[in-house]
Amino acid sequence: MFNNFDGKVVLDNLHFLIEGMQTTLLLTVVAIIGGLLLGTLLALARLSPFKTLSFVAGTYVNFFRSMPLILVIFWFYFLVPHILGRPVGGFYSVLVAFVLFEAAYYCEIMRAGIQSVRQGQIYAGQALGLTYQQNMRYVVLPQAFRNMIPILMTQAIILFQDTSLVYVVGIKDFLVSADLVANRENRILEMFTTVAIVYFVICLSGSLFIRRLQEKFNL
Amino acid sequence: MIQLQDVSKWYGDFQVLDTCSTAVSKGEVVVVCGPSGSGKSTLIKCVNGLEPFQKGDITVDDVSVGDKATDLPKLRSRIGMVFQNFELFPHITVAENIKLAQLKVLNRNEAEAGQKAMQLLERVELADQADKFPAQLSGGQQQRVAIARALAMDPIAMLFDEPTSALDPEMINEVLDVMVELASDGMTMMVVTHEMGFARRVANRVIFMDEGRIEEDCSKDEFFDSQRGDRAQTFLSKILHH
Repeated sequence: MFNNFDGKVVLDNLHFLIEGMQTTLLLTVVAIIGGLLLGTLLALARLSPFKTLSFVAGTYVNFFRSMPLILVIFWFYFLVPHILGRPVGGFYSVLVAFVLFEAAYYCEIMRAGIQSVRQGQIYAGQALGLTYQQNMRYVVLPQAFRNMIPILMTQAIILFQDTSLVYVVGIKDFLVSADLVANRENRILEMFTTVAIVYFVICLSGSLFIRRLQEKFNL
Repeated sequence: MIQLQDVSKWYGDFQVLDTCSTAVSKGEVVVVCGPSGSGKSTLIKCVNGLEPFQKGDITVDDVSVGDKATDLPKLRSRIGMVFQNFELFPHITVAENIKLAQLKVLNRNEAEAGQKAMQLLERVELADQADKFPAQLSGGQQQRVAIARALAMDPIAMLFDEPTSALDPEMINEVLDVMVELASDGMTMMVVTHEMGFARRVANRVIFMDEGRIEEDCSKDEFFDSQRGDRAQTFLSKILHH
């Protein structure tokens, strides 16, 4: 089976594959940033003393965490153009789906992070006259983020892998690009082996980086 | 300056404070003592509204703490507080700890806040530690920084919640010395502590609490010399003979 293994096909289509990787990375980065921002707001809402706010945020989180990601991707692919009344392109609908989906997970991570900050720290900020917002911004969230860095990054690695699900709506990410090349050049083994190695190397580097970070900063 | 009028507080069905009334006048040092679980820490946290209470009222400089219309952050910014576990912010340096609320609450500029921080660090003899992080300091040093942080707000009164209870014995005095000096400068202070030596040296009054009630509230001399209630007697004999 490996007799006629031809690595050259990868080099020949390198440019095409790199474009696919750019889509994958763009999707990952935007979903992380958007998910983190929305997730932090959701976490603050969930922990808010206002019952309605906390209920709405809680429902949101439970809803998205009960849905398979692939369903959410499908759903937004058809839903977003329908709501906006015009086609937006698969990429943007997928982006929205990822941000909203990830936000539910980041919310729970941030909530745990905020709750990991000791009550005494909150008292100390309050006693100095900081308002709720100031206390969150200058005292609680910086510590919460610090405590959460390893889990946030692990979630980022999972997200990086999950972006490959966009193949269901035909977005040309890294995996789909490789698949196209594989079929066009009839080099399935070479292409999928390459894809596996690339995912493996990136995710392993990420994991090792997190471990080093944990050791260095005693997280 | 600080007045408590029939303050009661419940956690669910459990009553932690039972109609507590007392007053601390300007320049007075009042020590609050009592066995653990007697409600003394809760009481002092009610004074600046960190803990809500359900009945009665507390006023500080004639501003009601219990009134919903009161701007609590503003009121708290005028009352310094020092905690048992120091509660310095671990993610910023010592100097930044002292500057944070000056910048964000009092809107002082960077130069002013920095100068104030250095001045107070010199006062607690830690000027050389300004750029370190709290975790790099000993407990005693951290607590002195915490006092400096509270003083940076130019408070009208200071609350101390067991400021030496988390310290190793050899570090207790360096913190008490700062507090004694503060008292002799005329600072209004309410201090929850078991340090009866401190109470003897600087307190004007001693409050003894048990099961959420203020059982004794008298001058220092009366407290240490005269016949007291059984519980206060038992408590004192326990903490003075070990």
